[in-house]
Amino acid sequence: MSKFLVALIPLLPLLGFLIIGLGNKKLSKTLVGFIGCGAILGSFIIVLSLLFPFLNGTAKGETLSYFDWISVGNFKISFSFLVDQLSVIMMTIITGIGFLIHVYSAGYMSHDEGYARYFSYLNLFVFSMLLLVMGSNYVVMFAGWEGVGLCSYLLIGFWFKNTEYNNAAKKAFIMNRIGDLGFLLGMLLIFTTFGTLDYLEVFSRANSVQENSTIIIAITLLLFIGATGKSAQIPLYTWLPDAMAGPTPVSALIHAATMVTAGIYMIVRSNVLYSMSEVTLEIIEIVGLATALFAATIGLVQNDIKKVLAYSTVSQLGYMFFALGLGAYSTGMFHLTTHAFFKALLFLGAGSVIHAMSGEQDIRNMGGLVKKLPITFGTFLIATLAISGIPPFAGFFSKDEILAHAYEHAPFLWGFALVGALMTTFYMFRLLFLTFFGKFRGTEHQRSHLHESPLVMTIPLMILALFSIIAGFIGIPEVLGGSNFLKKFLSPVITSQGAETYAALSHAVEYRLMGASVGAVLVVIFITWFYYVQREVRPAKEGEQISTPHKVLYNKYYIDEIYNSIIVKPLKWFSDKFYSILELKVIDGFVNSWGKGVNLGSSAIRHVQSGSISFYLLVMVAGIILILLINNLI
Amino acid sequence: MGEFFKYFSPSIYNYVILSSILFAIGVMGVLIRRNIIIIFMAIELMLNAVNLLLVGFSVHHDDTGGQVFVFFIMAVAAAEITVGLAILMMIYRNTGSVSVDSLKNLKW
Amino acid sequence: METGLLILLPLLAGLVIYVLDDSKAKIFALGAAILEFVISLITFLRFSPEGGIQFDINVRWIKSMGIYFNVGMDGISLLLVMLTTFLVPLIILSTFRHTYTKTKLFYSLILIMQSALVGVFVARDAFLFYVFWELALIPIYFICLLWGGQERMRITFKFFIYTLAGSLFMLLAIIYLYLQTKNFSTTGSFSIDAFYEAGQQLSRNEQAWIFWAFFLAFAIKMPVFPFHTWQPDTYTISPSAGTMLLSGIMLKMGIYGVIRWMLPVVPDAIITWGEIAIYLSVAGIVYASIIAILQKDIKRLIAYVSIAHVGLIAAGVFTNSVEGLQGSVIQMLSHGINVVGLFFIIDIISDRTKTNEISSLGGIRNEAPLFAMFCIIILLSSVALPLTSGFVGELMLLVSVFKFNIYVAAIAGLTIIFGAVYMLNSYQKIMLGEPNIITSNFKDLFLTEKIVFIPIIILIFWIGLYPKTFLDISEPSVQALIKSTTEISNLK
Repeated sequence: MSKFLVALIPLLPLLGFLIIGLGNKKLSKTLVGFIGCGAILGSFIIVLSLLFPFLNGTAKGETLSYFDWISVGNFKISFSFLVDQLSVIMMTIITGIGFLIHVYSAGYMSHDEGYARYFSYLNLFVFSMLLLVMGSNYVVMFAGWEGVGLCSYLLIGFWFKNTEYNNAAKKAFIMNRIGDLGFLLGMLLIFTTFGTLDYLEVFSRANSVQENSTIIIAITLLLFIGATGKSAQIPLYTWLPDAMAGPTPVSALIHAATMVTAGIYMIVRSNVLYSMSEVTLEIIEIVGLATALFAATIGLVQNDIKKVLAYSTVSQLGYMFFALGLGAYSTGMFHLTTHAFFKALLFLGAGSVIHAMSGEQDIRNMGGLVKKLPITFGTFLIATLAISGIPPFAGFFSKDEILAHAYEHAPFLWGFALVGALMTTFYMFRLLFLTFFGKFRGTEHQRSHLHESPLVMTIPLMILALFSIIAGFIGIPEVLGGSNFLKKFLSPVITSQGAETYAALSHAVEYRLMGASVGAVLVVIFITWFYYVQREVRPAKEGEQISTPHKVLYNKYYIDEIYNSIIVKPLKWFSDKFYSILELKVIDGFVNSWGKGVNLGSSAIRHVQSGSISFYLLVMVAGIILILLINNLI
Repeated sequence: MGEFFKYFSPSIYNYVILSSILFAIGVMGVLIRRNIIIIFMAIELMLNAVNLLLVGFSVHHDDTGGQVFVFFIMAVAAAEITVGLAILMMIYRNTGSVSVDSLKNLKW
Repeated sequence: METGLLILLPLLAGLVIYVLDDSKAKIFALGAAILEFVISLITFLRFSPEGGIQFDINVRWIKSMGIYFNVGMDGISLLLVMLTTFLVPLIILSTFRHTYTKTKLFYSLILIMQSALVGVFVARDAFLFYVFWELALIPIYFICLLWGGQERMRITFKFFIYTLAGSLFMLLAIIYLYLQTKNFSTTGSFSIDAFYEAGQQLSRNEQAWIFWAFFLAFAIKMPVFPFHTWQPDTYTISPSAGTMLLSGIMLKMGIYGVIRWMLPVVPDAIITWGEIAIYLSVAGIVYASIIAILQKDIKRLIAYVSIAHVGLIAAGVFTNSVEGLQGSVIQMLSHGINVVGLFFIIDIISDRTKTNEISSLGGIRNEAPLFAMFCIIILLSSVALPLTSGFVGELMLLVSVFKFNIYVAAIAGLTIIFGAVYMLNSYQKIMLGEPNIITSNFKDLFLTEKIVFIPIIILIFWIGLYPKTFLDISEPSVQALIKSTTEISNLK
């Protein structure tokens, strides 16, 4: 592995960012697009050249050290990259999907005045994300981790004149930072426990602490808090739906395919530590499943095309965590991979719809787009089938693997997970039917503008659609005649035993499970079709009377309001009271009281200076006598 | 008082008593009288009480240094009186009185 | 030798400036400051980190009391001197678009201040240290008093008395220690080594008294909660150059004082009482951060932010560990650069819009994209985003506090959340959104302003990406310092 070549992978996007960012006004749009996409394409090609040796099995994981970053006493952090099976997969997803989304953006953003700014941020994002997955120690990962948070902030608030978008951006950054504090503390605890932050060294020293000891539970839980922030899990998920304020390709790249999966990557990377702590795995499992179900219920009733997808993303991320919690790390990665393709596709498809609808995002004002947007519809349909888990689309294999693991763990978990999958199917097909079927419900103005997106946007859609169909084949389970390639591929990185128990299920049970889940999904699709296409049921308009549970779901369980009243308001109250009472009255009051005391004392005592000379003389003589007396007495 | 007599002979004791009385009279004069000229005189009395003591001790210790000091003091006192009287004149011109109570402007 | 030159040059320049015309004062001051920077850069390049005290002068000053004019630099001093000589030209340049009344006096005071600050960082004699320490207060007092804003009389008076009162306790401690040195030599000595020796032989109880006396002086200067109440007012009314001097360099005097004159002098007391200092510092982080959230005046906001940042530095220093001290040195550099950048941003805003009120601003990003870009870089550095200067120091400081106590570190770590809250909040309110009447036609940066920002930005990334340049300079000195203190306390 050439050190230089590997360094180029993150450097190319960084260069792209610098050139576009500094040349902002002077570069033409074509040139900006060319540089922006070219930088990512360059990285992608290099990544592919790394990927193939790994696929052949000829390459081994390697740490490439560049320079000492921070080195103080025993605290030594080198700026180095770890290229192994896990990071190569992530790099492929990031640069591959990243490139497609860059190309798509060139069309999508072509009318925006902030075109160059957009591409510079996007390149910076790819740089940070690559840093995150390539780093060979937790600090470099943290650098990327915070970097992607920054890019997410910049891109959510891309249209910075809109206060609501800015609020969403700020919220995303702050919520992420709450998680980051957990990550940071986890990192520090790793350092104080193992004396290093380098992955390989930490993992090799992992057996120096006892399994299930408090310290390992604390480390893994703190890191997991970081993951809940970045990957939008309960309780820190609320930023992700709001993050849809950014341009749609950004949602596809950052808030669906790559950044939000950083938490999963991090846990898979630290699987050695996580496997040592059963408690943490249980918690991850519960949080993952709860998030999956919780977000899915909200997704059922949302009317904003991007909000539905956002909740779907939260829910799918929940599935991935659920898989991790079951100890099935490679399964989590598998779902991450397939999800990256079909969710990016869904978002880009939604972007294409929004583009055609002149910025409209409310599905109540859409309908009947199938004729006007055939390619978008076709690709969107593939993605929907993939996310619903219809064989042989990508989502089927990964979701099936999660379900099988759940069943193997405890049958009731399988039941819950299946319910989540069915809800996913419902809201996705609801979205599909409401958007593309029935009559057009938008304004005349919108109708006249309806058009299929240009090739620069549809080609990425088609490529992603292709991968949404075939990406699942990397993990065909043995029961279907495959060999679960991905699991074998990742086995050098995943050293824990827990993942292997999957084989315990007999083939007959597996067939039954698959049959049951696919059958149930098909039934739900039929119901959805019947409901929204046959009977043409339309979602309630704004202000229309709706049932209480529906209202609660529509308002997202009022979580934002609850957070506002239990965290934001008390904080502001404290800020106000600290300042007006503690700061100004108590502390500063105490300081000023010294000055006041001096003033007060002097105003009392100065009257002794009466100006009468005889009084002064008297006091003087009295003083002398007093001194003489005291002197004699002592 | 017993110790006092151990160190001083009766003769010097008389001088000490006398100059103490003179000094006390001077102090009382300064404290009680309002007329600046009288106060001045009272100060001189105190000064001379000290001079008397110096001379007395000079003889007692058989050391002429004390008497030399007395001459110094008298010279300085003379100079001081000229300055003092000049100030007194100014006070009288400005306030029209020689009472110390007229000088009460310098307060708080 | 060079050290003496570094002290003398700005002092002389500050006096010579009176001979000149008002119109030439600015340029002359800038020239002198740049010359000073060049000299310090030369010493920086010639410095060998392992070489102990370098470029020193040791001249007898007052023989009977054992007072020497003894100056010299080790790694820690050098970095702080570099910070001073780097920032002063930028501060002078930042005033170029203003015209101050009594121009000559203004620049003269800045230069004299620089001389005193350099003196504080290089003094190796307690008496000399105290002289420079108080000398630094005089120019800044007049800068705030003569060119300050509303209520400047009351506020500068309080600032002066408060810091002076703190210094008085330090003077007591110095005199006490001096009397102890008479045990070793007849005249006694104010030299730093004699003080280390004398201090370390004191009993636990005596050390505690010395500790608190020094602590008061340094805590007020930094300032550490709850001795900070002079600071927001003073920062708010000072002219921008004064605020930059105060926050960028002067508060480092307090931290430097702790490192140089407290840790090695009273090692036992640090072990027993350092804990309380850490608790106070960490409480200050949270307290100041929470207050910062709702501040309406930008300058006051940054003043509280500064208290929060300094709280973390102080906490790290009092852990008396390599990470803590190295982190504090790096963070002092980073904070100095950032805070000068932040106050310059505020200066530009209030110069163009004539207001410091956050709520009346907005939309500047739209009118001045370059300005906004510089602004967000500095802002991100001050919220410790990795790869910027703020992260390196904060990480190390947190490591040191974490080693001290996990829960305290968790509370100190809240700074990264609160930082994001108040910084992004104010950035949004000032920069984003639609421009209003006040901010429309906001002019983007002028040439001199760009020249101020560019070195700041370069250094932010330099420290963020390759802190080794600076860490290597101070590492041996820090190691030596820690070694001397821990050895003594182990012996006992």
